[in-house]
Amino acid sequence: MDPIKASLLKKSRAAKSETRGKLISLFCISLIVFIVLAIFYFVASKGLATFFKDKINLGRFLTQSNWNPSLKDSHGRPEVGALPMIMGSFGVTFLAALLATPFAIGAGIFMTEISPKRGEKLLQPVMELLVGIPSVVYGFIGLSVIVPAVRHLFGGSGFGILAGTCVLFVMILPTVTSMTVDALKSVPRHYREASLALGATRWQTTWKVVLKAATPGILTGVVFGMARAFGEALAVQMVIGNAALLPHNLITPASTLTSVLTMGIGNTVMGSLANNALWSLALLLLLMSLLFNLLVRLIGRKGAMGR
Amino acid sequence: MRKRNVISLLVTFSLLLLAGCQSKQNGQSVTAVGSSALQPLIEALAEQYSADHSGQFINVQGGGSGTGLSQIQSGAVQMGNSDLFAEEKAGIKADKLVDHRVAVVGITPVINKQLGIKNLTLTQLAKIFSGEIDNWQDVGGPDQPVVLVNRAQGSGTRTTFEQWVMKSRKTKPAQEQDSTGMVRSIVANTPGAISYLAFSYVDDSIAMVKLNGIAPTDENVMTNAWPIWSYEHVYTKGQPTGLTKRFLAYVLSDEVQHKQVGKMGYIPVAKMTVERSVDGTITKVK
Repeated sequence: MDPIKASLLKKSRAAKSETRGKLISLFCISLIVFIVLAIFYFVASKGLATFFKDKINLGRFLTQSNWNPSLKDSHGRPEVGALPMIMGSFGVTFLAALLATPFAIGAGIFMTEISPKRGEKLLQPVMELLVGIPSVVYGFIGLSVIVPAVRHLFGGSGFGILAGTCVLFVMILPTVTSMTVDALKSVPRHYREASLALGATRWQTTWKVVLKAATPGILTGVVFGMARAFGEALAVQMVIGNAALLPHNLITPASTLTSVLTMGIGNTVMGSLANNALWSLALLLLLMSLLFNLLVRLIGRKGAMGR
Repeated sequence: MRKRNVISLLVTFSLLLLAGCQSKQNGQSVTAVGSSALQPLIEALAEQYSADHSGQFINVQGGGSGTGLSQIQSGAVQMGNSDLFAEEKAGIKADKLVDHRVAVVGITPVINKQLGIKNLTLTQLAKIFSGEIDNWQDVGGPDQPVVLVNRAQGSGTRTTFEQWVMKSRKTKPAQEQDSTGMVRSIVANTPGAISYLAFSYVDDSIAMVKLNGIAPTDENVMTNAWPIWSYEHVYTKGQPTGLTKRFLAYVLSDEVQHKQVGKMGYIPVAKMTVERSVDGTITKVK
């Protein structure tokens, strides 16, 4: 055969390695998708068994406040009311986000607008360090510093939503701050220049222009922080007291979805109602983190439209 | 060609690694999983056994009585440790499991030291944990609210405590902790706190309470004068064989029972003058 024809008809080396590369990346992606789907399937099949196999009413599961899966109430129905844990989880999450956001915005403005040089040299490494501390260390510090402090100031045992909020605040602060910094940095330079040229002061520029433009990015950071707070188990479990009670105030023991999960899973038997009920809580957690992800995407899209 | 060299090198390496794992498994090993109350004893005995018999390993893990029972039921491990009778745990088919009682553990109510209460009646104790008594004044203590600290639902210690103290009463929902050490430090640091611990965990930081005038001592457990105690069970699926059988024989041998078990804060089963069945019936041992 004509060597030129042959070289035209045969796949070149570059094309071959291209296909190989595509195959490898396709394999990686499908593996990840498969793992995610498998996790969803596993948690859902276990978690939904509570409702289909053990015939628990979903409405009662979400609204009742007695959590005692091994016992039955006066009507002979098992006591699986997850409301205290749902309230506890949302309580600590929102309070921690509420507390962390102003600090994060303040730190972000300092690092981008006021003193970028010192900010980068000093605050950046500190924030990175905070991210790297394992959650058990946060929990331990919470247990030996925050809980006694709360007990001293407000009485009671010191365990509760307040202590949980304090620990989570420190844990999510770096996440929210670093995303806020990114959002502020991505505000185009000409916005600031235009504002200053119009005679606005630095404060007016920061407050009315830079922060406005960076709002979607900051919100994304806050939601990411909330997702982390919602899913945090160990540190919260150590300081919140783990009482499946509807929280009446911030200093009595409460519980979160994660804390009940970590406490209970070793004491239940696979396939029993008590175990399935815990899986239902896990499913709830999974759905919530999915919701947080969707929220982030929604905010991102809205922000992009605003530009 | 260099790439191929790297790949073949990697393959050789991983094969070598796998081979290494293989040769390490040359000895025998069995796994025991479950009750955290029994874990320290089994761990210490396993270490000793491995030291005496080279190449025979017993891995000991915690995880709770529920884990121990469900793992042994599914056959994933060779020994399942539990504070409870398998019959007491929902979802366990006890007829497939063989019970080996390796020790007895007494459980005592403990209170914060500052309360200064020395004695409670069993009814008072039950009323405290059910929430009917919520101030220490009602039982002769200072004017201070009761702070309940419970173990996790389904834990062996809590189930035993509820079975012998609460009887038909329901425990008031309150703070729960999943480890004994945590319970101890909370009771030690929180004014007005009360909880319950295995004898072996009691130290100077907390105070024990007498019940109906009876002190929580090993001697009183042996005669059942102190009613709050439980067997520590090691369950096997069917009769044990091989290393499991040898290890259990070692654990139950007179030497271990009379020396180590007592030293670790447990009570040897042989010293009990009574025997308790699953449903709680007490019979005298002749």
